[in-house]
Amino acid sequence: MEKIDHDIKLLFEQSVEGQSGVNLPQCDVPEASVSEAIPSALLAATPVRLPEMCEREVTRHFTRLSERMMSVDANFYPLGSCTMKYNPKINEWAADLPGFTAGHPYQDVQDIQGSMELMYRLRQLLEEIAGLSEVSLHPAAGAHGELTAMMVVRAYFRDRGENRDEVLIPDTAHGTNPASCALCGERVTIVKSTPEGLVDLDDLAAKITDNTAAMMITNPNTLGLFDKSIKKIADILHQRGAQLYLDGANMNAIMGQVRPGDCGVDVMHYNLHKTFSTPHGCGGPGAGPIAVAEHLAPFLPAPQVDFVDGKYVWDFNRPKSIGKVRTFYGQFGVMVRAYTYIRALGHSGIKNVSDKAVLAANYLGKKLEPFYTLPYPLPCMHEFVISAEKQKDDHGIRALDIAKQLIDYGIHPPTIYFPLIVSECMMIEPTETETLETLDRFAAIMQRIAEQARTNPELAHQAPVTTPVSRVDEVKAAREPNLRWRYKE
Amino acid sequence: MPVPQDRKYLKTHEWFKPEGDLVVVGITDHAAQELTDITFVQMPKVGTKISAGQSFGEVESVKATSEIYSGIDGEVVEINEELSSNPGLINSDAFNAGWIIKVRPSDTSQLEKLLSPGDYENFI
Repeated sequence: MEKIDHDIKLLFEQSVEGQSGVNLPQCDVPEASVSEAIPSALLAATPVRLPEMCEREVTRHFTRLSERMMSVDANFYPLGSCTMKYNPKINEWAADLPGFTAGHPYQDVQDIQGSMELMYRLRQLLEEIAGLSEVSLHPAAGAHGELTAMMVVRAYFRDRGENRDEVLIPDTAHGTNPASCALCGERVTIVKSTPEGLVDLDDLAAKITDNTAAMMITNPNTLGLFDKSIKKIADILHQRGAQLYLDGANMNAIMGQVRPGDCGVDVMHYNLHKTFSTPHGCGGPGAGPIAVAEHLAPFLPAPQVDFVDGKYVWDFNRPKSIGKVRTFYGQFGVMVRAYTYIRALGHSGIKNVSDKAVLAANYLGKKLEPFYTLPYPLPCMHEFVISAEKQKDDHGIRALDIAKQLIDYGIHPPTIYFPLIVSECMMIEPTETETLETLDRFAAIMQRIAEQARTNPELAHQAPVTTPVSRVDEVKAAREPNLRWRYKE
Repeated sequence: MPVPQDRKYLKTHEWFKPEGDLVVVGITDHAAQELTDITFVQMPKVGTKISAGQSFGEVESVKATSEIYSGIDGEVVEINEELSSNPGLINSDAFNAGWIIKVRPSDTSQLEKLLSPGDYENFI
């Protein structure tokens, strides 16, 4: 089939002098001079050249761009660790209700009791799922939740007169964990994994000190393995007065099955956008509420949404709080969708989600096992890693090539080259929302790609060939980034 | 590529080559291949004190970012400026032109504790 080439030019390139999408009325007040209203030091020396276009062309531009999107609504998206599950449209119905869309955070709480109630109830639901005492909805994304949580832990120790500033992180962790620690001013020590891919308890015991503030652990971890030693890990930490932090990125595997609080977790974050089905990645914002045990609760961001004497209120009276971590109270639109999702599923539905997510991953893992290397044996939790080591050694086909080839089949590639401890790694998370037919189709395509690596390796090296832009030169892009478009004079 | 015999190694894939009273430090060809095309090298400033077991810089590729560790204590006396404009030198010539820093060691006996070429080769 011939490729249709609709090269999409930038708005700046499409600009036609004099074109406009609006017809402004005549100015009916005296015109003021910009240079009198704004100090000259703050004015640009040359006028900004904005594109001039009519509404129709702008609409076509963005519609064409949107048609090129790979999205959960159009494609299978097994991007490991990102939980790209289908986002039920009932979430959008709820988020679109005028009481939510027309509200403003500056309104008197009396007038937005419905929004306040939703936040309060979501708080309670998340507290129940975590098995922890209090939730703050403020953090705006997963990594922001990590940072907020580490600030809470720091505040807790400072309040006790302790200056602990070291955090232990397993070598399988998401890169955001050490980054959040660094932002918070903590030093990071890496804890090794066992050959089975779990936290090495001996290494943990060797590295923990009286200066250890916390350990950040992801469970199940990025290899898709549930660390059954989590209670032991918690005990080792608690004996030294340190805190156990759970990165909730992989909650989709365990929600409704096990409560982190019962495993000895002191603090955790959720990714509402992953686990609770709100559009993310290129499709929308995240939200990273944190849940804490009772002893950490006084340090949570303020204000807290509360229910007092029959009314929903903001509680500002939290003297030990770390204060505000963002404007207003968090990503409200994401909260509405997450709340809708939880309520639509109910107790048994939530449990069913994690059951099916784990089943789908194991089914797919089993189907791929004959063709790729599984560095860690099944069963897995909600995701698993395969290695393209065999394809690389025998045919020179790398994980990157396979990922690019999947694009030609209309499938979003899995996460590649992560976690770092697996060579030629591909991390696959099918989620619970895909049909058996989709999983079978994906497995068949992966089988075909593995066979083609042997019979016709060039196919993989050239992929993708069906996309508007074929293989990009990532090395050149990284070495000579060209990020700014300039007018040709 | 065979591992050069004139230097010592770390399990984290750095090499340490004595050169007069200095030690030249780089990463091995094996490491460069694993990282794939290197796009950026973060180096310490001249005069920085570095110590054994601690990271003194980073190499970044399209695939991953990796810390570079020192096997010795000492002071950085020269950095490979060429790498800022041409980080691919490490991919093409990791053991020679792709050197990263030169160090004045505070204790040359530390070198003896590092891996021999044979031990490193067995390790990879």
